[in-house]
Amino acid sequence: MQQIINFIIRYKTFLLYFFLLVISLIFTFQSHSYHQSKFLNSSNYLTGSIYSFSDNISSYFGLREENNRLVEENRRLRNKLFNSTLLTTTSLDSTSNDYEVIKGRVINNSYADQRNYITIDKGLNDSVAQDMGVITDKGILGIVENTSNNFATVQSILSERSTINAKIKNSNHFGSLVWENTQDYNVVQLIDIPRLVPLTIGDTIVTGAMSSIFPENIPIGTIKNFDLDNSKSFYFIDVELFNDMTNIGNIYIIKNLNRKEVLELEAETQNNDQ
Amino acid sequence: MINSGFFLNVTRFVLLILVQVLVFNNLNFFGYINPLIYILFLYWYPIKQNRTTFIVTCFILGLLVDIFSDTLAINAAATVTIAYLRPTIMRFVFGVNYEFQSFKLNNSTKAQQFTFLALLTIIHHLVYFTLEIFSFSNSLLILQKTVTVGIATLILSILFSTLFSSKKE
Repeated sequence: MQQIINFIIRYKTFLLYFFLLVISLIFTFQSHSYHQSKFLNSSNYLTGSIYSFSDNISSYFGLREENNRLVEENRRLRNKLFNSTLLTTTSLDSTSNDYEVIKGRVINNSYADQRNYITIDKGLNDSVAQDMGVITDKGILGIVENTSNNFATVQSILSERSTINAKIKNSNHFGSLVWENTQDYNVVQLIDIPRLVPLTIGDTIVTGAMSSIFPENIPIGTIKNFDLDNSKSFYFIDVELFNDMTNIGNIYIIKNLNRKEVLELEAETQNNDQ
Repeated sequence: MINSGFFLNVTRFVLLILVQVLVFNNLNFFGYINPLIYILFLYWYPIKQNRTTFIVTCFILGLLVDIFSDTLAINAAATVTIAYLRPTIMRFVFGVNYEFQSFKLNNSTKAQQFTFLALLTIIHHLVYFTLEIFSFSNSLLILQKTVTVGIATLILSILFSTLFSSKKE
């Protein structure tokens, strides 16, 4: 007994170091393979307040540019509105809507790591929840990962853990959007497109209909170049994003009102299968 | 225990975290170089202090930076490692005489200070990027990031430590 106590006293610094190292490694690896840690994320009150304080100051410097972007988006939407011949009152009835859009602001953004997260200023109080899609006026941004009462963290598409269903506009061939070349923050990769699909550089990539997170046809980017992958039967496509990932201000959070129903149905079908 | 040195350390602790997360995490020099200058806390921390307190403080420092930058707990792991290794590094750089009462960081030569800071930075960054990338197939990327970000950290740390060093007679 005496010897055990002596041993502990003699090596107490090392034991403390070892203990703290193990704690931090557990925090690093225990997180579910596709989700960030529940406790260690910047959506909590302290970090959220500090980030929104700093955003309050820095957002003044980009006001004119931000205004121009919003006006440009309004112009596009008005163009669409005036040219749509079908104007019915049913589209105003909110009970028949499939999606609800919540506005928000980015208060912290990262794009230089392997797994990038974005902090936004909307949380549970604004009915933002996990697995909602986040887009900007130009294209998709990511998926909500963790929420606190007033803030949320978003897993950016610039994350090696992110996979998003995407398709080639007008041909409906779909694949998965991933980020493999984790050096270049304006280019993501589209994989699993069969080699028989005709492709041209400059083709537009949009979100597919497979996802219960994003609505179909949200713009992502254009094909920068493409090549066959190792199996020689699928394409490996570099997609240049429409979004400038380094410069994001206002965002929209998309809530799919049918998501719960879709997921329940899928789970039920799988259970019946077994 | 509670004296001016204590308050100095608390101020450093808070300011370094804020500067790290509000300024240097958004630097993105060449697209990915974000210097981790908060390790200056370990460089400046008084030598003759309880090691247990020191290691725990550094763990909290790393964890707070982690929470701000959404990096799980890799900053904490890297910081606690150099906090544990600090006496070994100091003995290697300054020889045995760093254990004497009269030893002060300012009294050592510039070369010694630089080596000390460089060793802290290299070990910290190596652990940090190994855990962040975590695959041996990318070991070249780990080395590349360690070297480039390490150099940036080192340059900025030297600038900071010259700027805020206590006055010499």
